[in-house]
Amino acid sequence: MGKAKSKKISSSTFLLLTTIILFVVMYAAGMIIFNDKGFAKPQMFLNLFVSNAGLLVIGCGMTIVMITGGIDISVGSVTALVCMVCAFAMERMGMNAYMAVLVALAIGLAFGVVQGYLVAYLDIQPFIVTLAGMFFGRGMTAIVSTDMIAITNETFLKWAKFHINLPFGTHNQKGEYLPAYIYPSVVVAIIVVILVSIMLKYSKFGRKLYAIGGSQQSALMMGLNVKRTKFQAYVLAGFLSGLGGFLFCLNSCAGFVEQAKGLEMDAISSAVIGGTLLSGGVGTAVGTLFGVLIKGTISSLITTQGTLSSWWVRITLSALLCFFIVLQAVIAAVKKKGN
Amino acid sequence: MKKKIISMLLVACMGLSLVACGGGSNTPASNDGGTTEEGNEGAQASDEGGSDENASNEGSDEGGSSGDVITVGFSQVGAESDWRTANSESMKSTFSEANGYKLIFDDAQQKQENQLTAIRNFINQEVDYIVLAPTTETGWDTVLQEAKDAGIPVIIVDRMVDVSDDTLYNCYVGGNFKLEGQKACEWLKAYADAKGITELNIAHIQGNIGASAQIGRTEGLEEAAEKYGWNIVAQQSGEFTQAKGQEVMESMLKSNDNINVVYCENDNEAFGAIDAIKAAGKTVGPDGDILVMSFDTVKAGIEMTMAGDIICNTECNPLHGPRVEELIKQMEAGEEPEKIAYVDEGIFTYGDEVAKVTVDGQDYEVTKVTQEVIDGRMY
Repeated sequence: MGKAKSKKISSSTFLLLTTIILFVVMYAAGMIIFNDKGFAKPQMFLNLFVSNAGLLVIGCGMTIVMITGGIDISVGSVTALVCMVCAFAMERMGMNAYMAVLVALAIGLAFGVVQGYLVAYLDIQPFIVTLAGMFFGRGMTAIVSTDMIAITNETFLKWAKFHINLPFGTHNQKGEYLPAYIYPSVVVAIIVVILVSIMLKYSKFGRKLYAIGGSQQSALMMGLNVKRTKFQAYVLAGFLSGLGGFLFCLNSCAGFVEQAKGLEMDAISSAVIGGTLLSGGVGTAVGTLFGVLIKGTISSLITTQGTLSSWWVRITLSALLCFFIVLQAVIAAVKKKGN
Repeated sequence: MKKKIISMLLVACMGLSLVACGGGSNTPASNDGGTTEEGNEGAQASDEGGSDENASNEGSDEGGSSGDVITVGFSQVGAESDWRTANSESMKSTFSEANGYKLIFDDAQQKQENQLTAIRNFINQEVDYIVLAPTTETGWDTVLQEAKDAGIPVIIVDRMVDVSDDTLYNCYVGGNFKLEGQKACEWLKAYADAKGITELNIAHIQGNIGASAQIGRTEGLEEAAEKYGWNIVAQQSGEFTQAKGQEVMESMLKSNDNINVVYCENDNEAFGAIDAIKAAGKTVGPDGDILVMSFDTVKAGIEMTMAGDIICNTECNPLHGPRVEELIKQMEAGEEPEKIAYVDEGIFTYGDEVAKVTVDGQDYEVTKVTQEVIDGRMY
C-alpha cells in the first residue's frame, strides 16, 4: 500500500483501483471454483446488472450527495413509494405506463427538491432530513395502499420482459443454445453510470461538488455558490432515486409496503466499497458500479456454493466495509502527514 | 469536524446493523485473509460435492434417466417462525444427498429481490427443479418467464403466486384450508354426537379477513353449520393474534352467555380466547363450559391440546418436502403432475372419542395427543 502512494497515485484512484482489483479477483476465483456450476457463463455476469439495475442508478445518486459530504437515506422508501404509486396508478386508476414513468421521476424529484432545500438553505443535517424523508416515504406508501399490487399493465410488462439478446451465449446441458440477454433497465443503468461519470469528471458542476465536499470553507472562499450546488446535488440524487425506483419496479413488477427495505444501506455500502469517502470530496460513479458488482458477486458466490447460510453475504459485506473504511482512514492520515 | 462525527456515527450504525446479523465476523485487519478463506471453504465444499456433481453431468449426457443426482434449488422466505423453520428442515431432509438429491438452499431474509436474484442464480446453475416459497404473491412474472425459457420446472410451495400466466409454474404445493375447516367440523359433529350434545352455539373468531387460511376455514364452518343446524352466535376477526383473540372473545362472552364452542382460526387466537374465557370465570376443556377448537397446531398449540384446553387442533402442515418430492418424481417419469397438490394434514385431539372423520368420502385419521406424539413431531 505504502509503495503505491509513493508513486504519487492520487488517493481516489488508489481506492478505485483497490475496488476493481478486488472485484476481478473475486469473480475470477468464482469462475475457477464454480466453473462446473455455471459461474463462468456470461449470463452470470450479466445477471449482476439485471438484478441490480435499480440499485446501480440509486447508488450513483448516493455517490453524488456523498461527494458533497452529505447522505441520503430516504432512497429505499422513495423506491417503495415509486413502485407502489406506479402499481396503484396503473392497476387501479388505469394510467398508462408512459405516464407512470413521469410520475416516478416526479416523486423522486419532489423528494430531492424538499430535502435539498432543507439541507442546503436551512443548513439542517442531511442525515436527519433524509431520515424524515425515509419515514415519510414509507408511511405514504402504506397510505396509498397496504395491499400487494401486481402490475399487469401490458406496456409495462412488455418493457419488463423485453429481452435484449446479445450476440453470444451458451449451450445448456441439453445442448440447446441460449443467447445471453439483458433487460432494457440494464441499458438505462449503464447510460446513467456513464453520464454521471462524465458529469462528475468534466463538468463545472461536477468539480464544484468535489470542491464543496473537500472543504466547504475553501469552496465558499473561492466564490462558489455552495448552497445552490448542494441543492442541485440533492435534486439530482432525488431524480436518480425516482428513476432507480422505476427500474427496481420493472424488476419486481409489483408494489407493496415492505419493498426495498434497507436499499439505502446497500446503496451507501456500495458507494463506500467503491471508494466514496463518507466525509466527502472523493468518489466516482465507476467505483460505485464496482461496489454494486462486488455486492452482487458475494451473494452469487454464496448462493452458488449452496450450503452456506445466505447471511454470510451480510457478514462478508460488513468485513469489506470495515476494510475500506480503515483504508480510507489510513489514506486520510497519510495525506495529513504529507501536508 | 461536525461532519466527521456524523459520518463516523453513521458508519458505526451501519457496521452494527451489519455485524449484528453475523456475530463474530472477521476483524478488518484480517480481511484479505477472510475473503480467501471463504474461497477455500467454498472450494472444499465443492470438492466434497465434486463426485456427485460429476455423476449428475454424466447422467445428463447419457440422457438423464431417473436415479441420477437431481439438483433442486429452493428459495425460502426466511426463518421468521417455527413453522417456517420446520418447512425448511423438511425440504433439507427430503432432498438430502442420501436420497439422491443435491439441494441448493437460499434464505431470502424476507426480501423479494433476494429471491429474484437466487432464482436467476439457480437458472444459471442449470438446476433440474426450482422450488419457490414466495415472500410475496406478486412480482414473479419476469423471473419465472426466464425459468420457463430455460426449460426448468418450477414448483411453488406454501403461498400461491399471482402471475399473469399460470403456465409460468408447473405446480403448487400447500395446505388445503377449506379441507382443514371441513375436517374440524366433521370432528365436532362426531364429538357432539358421541357426547350427546344437542345444541351447539358457536363463537367464531376469524383470521385476517381475505387471507387464504381465513377464507378456507370459514367456508368449512359455515357450510357445516348450515348442514347440521348449528348456531353461529357471533363472528368477528381476531386477526390471527393472541391479543385480538382475547379482546374479541371477551366481548363475545359479554353479549352471549350460551356459547359452548369457540372456533378459532389459528392457535394464537385460541390462546387469547382461552385467557378471556378463564378470566370470565368459565372453564374450558372436555368437562368445562366451552370447547375450544383451533388450527395450525404449533408446538404450544399441541401442548395445550394435550392438556385439554384446546379440544381439537387441525394441523397446517409445514412438512412440504415429501409432497414436493412426489411431484418431482412424477415429472422425472415424464408425467404431468397435478397443478395443485395438497400436503397431508392431521387432526389432533384431547380425547379419543372420535377415531376418524369423513369428508367427501375420504377418511381422515384423528390422533389423540400424547407426549410421544409431541416428541415425534419435527416442529
